[in-house]
Amino acid sequence: MLPRFVAFASLGRKALPNQYDLFALALIFAGFIAISHISGGLTVPLEAPESTVTSLDVRNLPYYALRTTLRMFAAIGASLLFTFTYATLAAKSRRAEMILIPILDVLQSVPILGFLSFTVTFFLGLFPGSILGAECAAVFAIFTSQAWNMAFSFYQSLRTVPRDLNEVARGFQLSGWQKFWQLEAPFAMPGLIWNTMMSMSGGWFFVVASEAIAVGDTTVKLPGIGAYLALAIEQKSIGAVIAAILAMLVVIIAYDQLLFRPLVVFGSRFRVELTASQTKERSWVTQLFTRTQWVRALMRGPGLMFQNIALWRLELPGLRPRALEAAPRRNRVSWLIDALWLILVVLVTLWSAWLVVDYVRQTLSWGDLREAILLTLITMVRVVLLMALATLIWVPVGVWIGLRPALAEKIQPLAQFLAAFPANVIFPVAVVLIVRFALNPDIWLSFLIVFGTQWYILFNVIAGASAFPNDLKEAAANFHIHGWDWWKSVIIPGIFPYYVTGALTASGGSWNAAIVAEYVKWGDQTISAHGIGAYIAEATADGDFPKIVLGVAVMSIFVIMFNRLFWRPLFAMGERRLRID
Amino acid sequence: MLEVTARASTAAKKPLLQVRNVCQHYQTGSGEQGPAVLDKVSLTLNENEIVGLLGRSGCGKSSLLRIVSGLTKASDGEVDYLGRPVDGPVDGVAMVFQSFALFPWLSVLANVELGLRAKKIPAADARRRALKAIDLIGLDGFESAFPKELSGGMRQRVGFARALVVHPNILLMDEPFSALDVLTAETLRTDLLDLWVEGRMPIKAILMVTHNIEEAVLMCNRIIVLASNPGRVAAEIHVNLQHPRNRLDPEFRQLVDKIYALMTKRPEPVGPGRDGAFPGLGFAMALPQISTNTIAGMIEEIAAEPYSGRADLPALADSLQMEIDELFPVGETLQLLRFAEIEEGDIKLTPAGLRFADAEVDVRKKLFGDHLMAYVPLAARIKLVLDDRPTHTARSVRFLEELEDYMSDEYAERTLKSVVNWGRYGELFAYDETTETFSLENPQ
Repeated sequence: MLPRFVAFASLGRKALPNQYDLFALALIFAGFIAISHISGGLTVPLEAPESTVTSLDVRNLPYYALRTTLRMFAAIGASLLFTFTYATLAAKSRRAEMILIPILDVLQSVPILGFLSFTVTFFLGLFPGSILGAECAAVFAIFTSQAWNMAFSFYQSLRTVPRDLNEVARGFQLSGWQKFWQLEAPFAMPGLIWNTMMSMSGGWFFVVASEAIAVGDTTVKLPGIGAYLALAIEQKSIGAVIAAILAMLVVIIAYDQLLFRPLVVFGSRFRVELTASQTKERSWVTQLFTRTQWVRALMRGPGLMFQNIALWRLELPGLRPRALEAAPRRNRVSWLIDALWLILVVLVTLWSAWLVVDYVRQTLSWGDLREAILLTLITMVRVVLLMALATLIWVPVGVWIGLRPALAEKIQPLAQFLAAFPANVIFPVAVVLIVRFALNPDIWLSFLIVFGTQWYILFNVIAGASAFPNDLKEAAANFHIHGWDWWKSVIIPGIFPYYVTGALTASGGSWNAAIVAEYVKWGDQTISAHGIGAYIAEATADGDFPKIVLGVAVMSIFVIMFNRLFWRPLFAMGERRLRID
Repeated sequence: MLEVTARASTAAKKPLLQVRNVCQHYQTGSGEQGPAVLDKVSLTLNENEIVGLLGRSGCGKSSLLRIVSGLTKASDGEVDYLGRPVDGPVDGVAMVFQSFALFPWLSVLANVELGLRAKKIPAADARRRALKAIDLIGLDGFESAFPKELSGGMRQRVGFARALVVHPNILLMDEPFSALDVLTAETLRTDLLDLWVEGRMPIKAILMVTHNIEEAVLMCNRIIVLASNPGRVAAEIHVNLQHPRNRLDPEFRQLVDKIYALMTKRPEPVGPGRDGAFPGLGFAMALPQISTNTIAGMIEEIAAEPYSGRADLPALADSLQMEIDELFPVGETLQLLRFAEIEEGDIKLTPAGLRFADAEVDVRKKLFGDHLMAYVPLAARIKLVLDDRPTHTARSVRFLEELEDYMSDEYAERTLKSVVNWGRYGELFAYDETTETFSLENPQ
């Protein structure tokens, strides 16, 4: 079969579609059909039978997988829109920056799952009777897990556009719109793509968690893998759980191959580097696309259109950037506006804080606060211990793998894949084991907290060990540095910045996972550990909103403190002293 | 003013560009106006001439170029282009950058076209003109390449094509050859000069910034020498040699030597405690970052044959392969520490400098420390504070903040870093990077 295809392509007629077109078209049309199939299901009323998951028939799984994936993409679209507006505003306006960036910083550390109950109630109220409300809530939950990270990356890129390129753009009198598309957006692209991918990996966890939610009396089960899994748990069907795991595997592999890899290849051309990099990212989808004739021709139109749009001048009168950047001498008026602005920000902050306190105070007492703090401490101990354990295991493993380039090349994609795999799909299996062997949930449920997040440590350590300079390795061998000395003085400082990056992500993810992991069900059995996660989950199940607010608030404060007082200093130290360049 | 005969043809015409009494100031750490970078600089650019702005780092030549191009605004003074004031980037002025400043995600062709497309010139026209510019500058065949695939010389050719394609009247060049290796730079210079002499470039004048004296003499009709701290016009030199110029021509060499002498002339003392070379007075002197190895190496080089304690700077620059931007700060640091004196293009070791050259490591360190205490007020100040305090420690922020009252953050940090390194070598004090603290004890 293959020779005939080759003969067909070697006709030499460039205009003819070739075999690659065939593959590509099949892929594209399959995508279209899937989307049109799903869009019908989006607007059905809440009570309609197809609005929820009622049977564990495996034949429905492909459809559910598509619905889950679509939710994911809706969220990524919203996140991109948010990123382009919010981050751009923060980067361009000094006063906006003053509030937007701290807000982003806090939002990044807030455990999103805790708020699920609020958003569900809100969106259900927004679209009464329609499933669209629940869909929006789910999409919003995923959005909140992705958007902050992406916006931060974009903002940082916008702030670090090289000065000389900026001068070229201004010298050629590019308008604000042109500069954004010709210089700023392309410059931010590699960072944004990488962060989008990492966010999306994290997002699978939230999509699974947000498809089946019970807030008080309202129970929503959106058609999707997460809801299917929830039903499987309710009906204690281990077969269905395994089917859901397999479906998730397929979805993530498809996502990795069809989207992740091509995008990384695409992003690599925007990297500002002086020499062509040695390692080239590859993707069979990209290769397939570049070999097609028709599909490429089809894309040329939209491509040109985008190029032309990017070259619009789009100068609004009054909104033109100042022609000249005078040395920013702050005069008195500007200073006064700054002061007023700051006062306003402080007042609004105080008022919001008062609202929260007032709301919680109506039904809850100091005793509740004490309880919440105590439970958060328990969860913190759990997170710290488990992170330490994961470190003890994965740092040596990661170093071992990373120092063997051939092996690292094979393992690295696997570790990234595992990080994307939503650990909560596996939870029921663990619960079954705990029930079967009557294990202590306070200890054994803890492992679920790092189950999904430990991979971030692994693949960052692998990356660090792979990047460890060869001459340092040789110097260490030459001076006979072995054993503990080698770990302490050679490799641990070498991988430290990478480790901190991974551990920071893992730690954040673990706090979130605690909400799901400390309170799990199997049929009518509920197993819960002591901790703030279980506290929030329980309050959600009861529809006890003041308790949810209290729990989430206390937890957020702990997470923020934990990040500020522990991870940030470590990160700064790693960047300052141990970065090998 | 060495040769005053200007070209008769240019004298009659209206100038393309006029810069009158331009001043510019540093920004100090607190965002206020700091010391001057440029002090009342005036210059004129006429048609058919290449004018070079020659000076060492810190003389504000790059700032001046950015003011001329409309990228930054001067604190005071006027810039007129074709009789109209410049208040933003103007058409008809294009710039070539030291770092090339190419958009890495655009191909060579797209990089060259960008300036035209941004101005809404029809795609077909833009393509035609871009291809012509690429052809002119010798980039044929590289149209679809991306910058990272190109060598430095080829990249700078793209930089030239991108500037020429918009048909500017004035081409500004900010040290365009200094990021290239010697051979590549020479090829590119010759190619550019050929195009210029043959009148094949659509430009009327070139204003270039350089710190390479030979390059200025090779290319320019007029060289404006800028003095540092603050930047001001020290001299204007007309070069009337015929193109192509020969570096070995005695007249050429003479001119180079003269400029060296001019640039190392001792400035008249401005006030007490002033050491001329570096901006700022006493404590607030902005210091260059020169390693103690470079200092010791330079002293040894001058002390040894063939110089035996006195070296001609152009010869020294040549044998050490250093440009004046690297050479002068070292020389001036030696002068500040009283290990050498610079006069009329020569550098001469002082008795202390000669002693340093002969001494053992420990004696050298002692000598260096003594001179540091005596002649670098900041070092003496740090030592004094440390001696005074019972704990014998002091945070570096304390000195940094004080410095920032007199200079920009960047200069303050650099100055402190230099003093840390020099102080460590002279064993005046110790410094712990993690805690950012000075102390008297070395770690046990």
